[in-house]
Amino acid sequence: MDVVLLSRIQFGMNVAFHYLYPPLSIGLGLMIVIMEGMYIKTKKPAYRLMTKFWVKIFALTFALGVATGIVQVFGFGNNWARYSRFVGDVFGSALAAEGIFAFFLEAGFIGIMLFGWERVSPKLHYFATICTALGAHFSAIWIIVANSWMQTPAGYAIEGEGAEAHAVMTNFYEMVFNPSTLDRLTHVVIGAWMTGAFMVISVCAYYFLKKRHRDFAYFGMKLGLVVASILVVLQLISADSTAKGVAKNQPEKFAAMEGVYQTAPHTPMNLIGYVDPKTKTVYSWQIPGLLSFLSYKNFTTPVRGLDQFPEEDWPPVPAVFQFYHLMIYAWGAMFLATVLGLILWKRKTFEKSKWINRFLVLSILFPYVANQAGWFTAEMGRQPWIVYRLLRTPQGVSKAIVASQVIGSITMFVCIYILLFVLFCFLLNRKIQGGPTEEGSLKTDDLIYRDPYESTPQRS
Amino acid sequence: MAIYENIWYLIICISVVFYAVLDGFDLGVGALHLFARDDKERRIFLNAIGPVWDGNEVWLIIIFGGMFAGFPSAYATICETFYSLIMILLAAIIFRAVAIEFRSKVENRKWRYLWDLIFSLASILMAFIIGVIMANLIRGIPLDQEGNFYGNFIDFFSPYAILLGLTACALFAMHGAVFLLMKTEGALHDHIRKWVSPAIIVFLMFYLMTSLATVMYMPHMLDRMRAAPWLFIVVVCAMLSIANVPRCIHKGDDGWAFISSSSAIAFLFFLFGIGIYPNLVRSSINPADYSLTLYNAAAAPSTLKVILIVACIGVPLVLAYGFWIYRIFRGKVKLSDTSY
Repeated sequence: MDVVLLSRIQFGMNVAFHYLYPPLSIGLGLMIVIMEGMYIKTKKPAYRLMTKFWVKIFALTFALGVATGIVQVFGFGNNWARYSRFVGDVFGSALAAEGIFAFFLEAGFIGIMLFGWERVSPKLHYFATICTALGAHFSAIWIIVANSWMQTPAGYAIEGEGAEAHAVMTNFYEMVFNPSTLDRLTHVVIGAWMTGAFMVISVCAYYFLKKRHRDFAYFGMKLGLVVASILVVLQLISADSTAKGVAKNQPEKFAAMEGVYQTAPHTPMNLIGYVDPKTKTVYSWQIPGLLSFLSYKNFTTPVRGLDQFPEEDWPPVPAVFQFYHLMIYAWGAMFLATVLGLILWKRKTFEKSKWINRFLVLSILFPYVANQAGWFTAEMGRQPWIVYRLLRTPQGVSKAIVASQVIGSITMFVCIYILLFVLFCFLLNRKIQGGPTEEGSLKTDDLIYRDPYESTPQRS
Repeated sequence: MAIYENIWYLIICISVVFYAVLDGFDLGVGALHLFARDDKERRIFLNAIGPVWDGNEVWLIIIFGGMFAGFPSAYATICETFYSLIMILLAAIIFRAVAIEFRSKVENRKWRYLWDLIFSLASILMAFIIGVIMANLIRGIPLDQEGNFYGNFIDFFSPYAILLGLTACALFAMHGAVFLLMKTEGALHDHIRKWVSPAIIVFLMFYLMTSLATVMYMPHMLDRMRAAPWLFIVVVCAMLSIANVPRCIHKGDDGWAFISSSSAIAFLFFLFGIGIYPNLVRSSINPADYSLTLYNAAAAPSTLKVILIVACIGVPLVLAYGFWIYRIFRGKVKLSDTSY
């Protein structure tokens, strides 16, 4: 295997593993801000209990997000040095801004959020919580600005020739608000919020099943369902706007998403199917004209097919097609989960219905599938370009590295990431099994100063 | 006039200094972690850095983010050539971060010992690699005209690089010991007091060896000072700061000892910045023509202007709330139910 393919695998894997954690911290960030706000307003102890419980899970997620995120800062230069030289002038400023505005805010205030309960007043603590959540959101903004610039470059000029060519920023505002930034940012942030909401729903449904922490689960479930039902609708609007943008700005990607090989009127939308890239045909159940309608508001206008573009500019159609549809199915599952949850609420039978609660416990998987599949659609759909229509992926790779080095680092990271993910699940499960702890129940000296090195009776 | 390039170089130097001073004590605490006598002491160590360590590590991201933005070629070359070293550094950073988070979550002797070990070894490894990378930037790496790299992994571990790596470990260990002295009380405080003198002596030995080796084998590090002798003040300040650490410890003034130790680190890293200037990555094949300097590696002036504005807004904010957070968590460490 060559360095380009290996580097793509490595970068994709690094990002995919990293992207397990930030959506959860962004989503839980929002949920915690709402919970603590409710506590300050209503003074109900259930909300304080919820806040303290979710803050601990936030901290766990955050630590893993940071640990896997630092890799990204080096990931560009390590394997994609030529690309880094090409985009550094433009891309680097977004990344530097992310560091200064987002990471410091989040990393600074999380200390107060976690350890400051006794050191600052409740209002100040709430302020710290808001700042931490804001920091998590800011970190989404800048990286998406940078990534969107790779999809739809704007506000730049090319200087130099051949290997020396690189992009120079001419207009910061145009660079930041390039044609796809706002759509993609909304889409990603709503996806992250859904991850937070379904995490809360999932854990509360689990407590209902096990008949534990009834109050905690009751308030949490209602909050999660309210947020989820708003977001499920918002995400649909955002998806529509994003797809229209892709159709306009990156027509090859759009054609690949639905496997449109031939430009023809009444372009259909595929419900389920597969693509045969050799014969360039799509075998699927289709709704004729729907894609034309969704893109241009009438059933006849043809969607530009791949036949209008040279074949060397085509993205890998089957992969993009499947990831895109997987994302839509995941949305459907979330929609179903929300509706079922609302029915339980209406009937006041949260504790009784076993099967729906089981489904709701699983519902945390859906936003995860959607997040990952969405990213793969976006980034594989950008291929064969690393910067759309400016730099091809093989041109961006580092020259100084050899395949064995990349294989070595891939192996190392696969082992580390799997280990971390297993430990994350183990600790998350432990925390959930332990449940929310009542105020002050851990305050005894005995518990705090229990020394596992000396204590002979081991707790099972 | 290359005023923007110089300002941006200064900003990156300041970020390096902030990183070294702040994460330096985190790494130092990690290096000393296994010397703690029981679980409670180890928890006090962890909670001493608990609320601030990830904020401190962000400075590392700022250094590389700032390089990516301001000196893209230098960023790309450093990441590409130090590939394997950086991968090891990343593994250490990851394990260190999760060890802090995971360690106290399970009350099991083996679990905690394993993460204690990982936390401590990862801290030492990080300090060592930072030293090795700096040594290679001082010494220069085989780069040709186009910035292509001719060398291999073993070449990075020259005797000079190993010496500097060990010096970095000793420096951060001393800094961490002084920090812990400031954050603890009672019997633990007295116990740590016994570590400080050996830590300072070990560091002084390494410091003298490194200084001698630099003067003898890396004479180009002195070029800048020969051209502008007033810069020698930095050397004097570094020495005075180092000397002031044991004096303050002896007087029992832990706070000032920490400040002296911090300023010693700051001056030493400034010396590094002055020494390599104006090179960012020195080429050992032809230092005069092939090196990446802050002029030929810089981004376009328009970019430098924008990021300068970003930095002018962002950095004061970061410093202001950073200072506020340190104030909130000042004083001795107390364990509670929210601690690690």
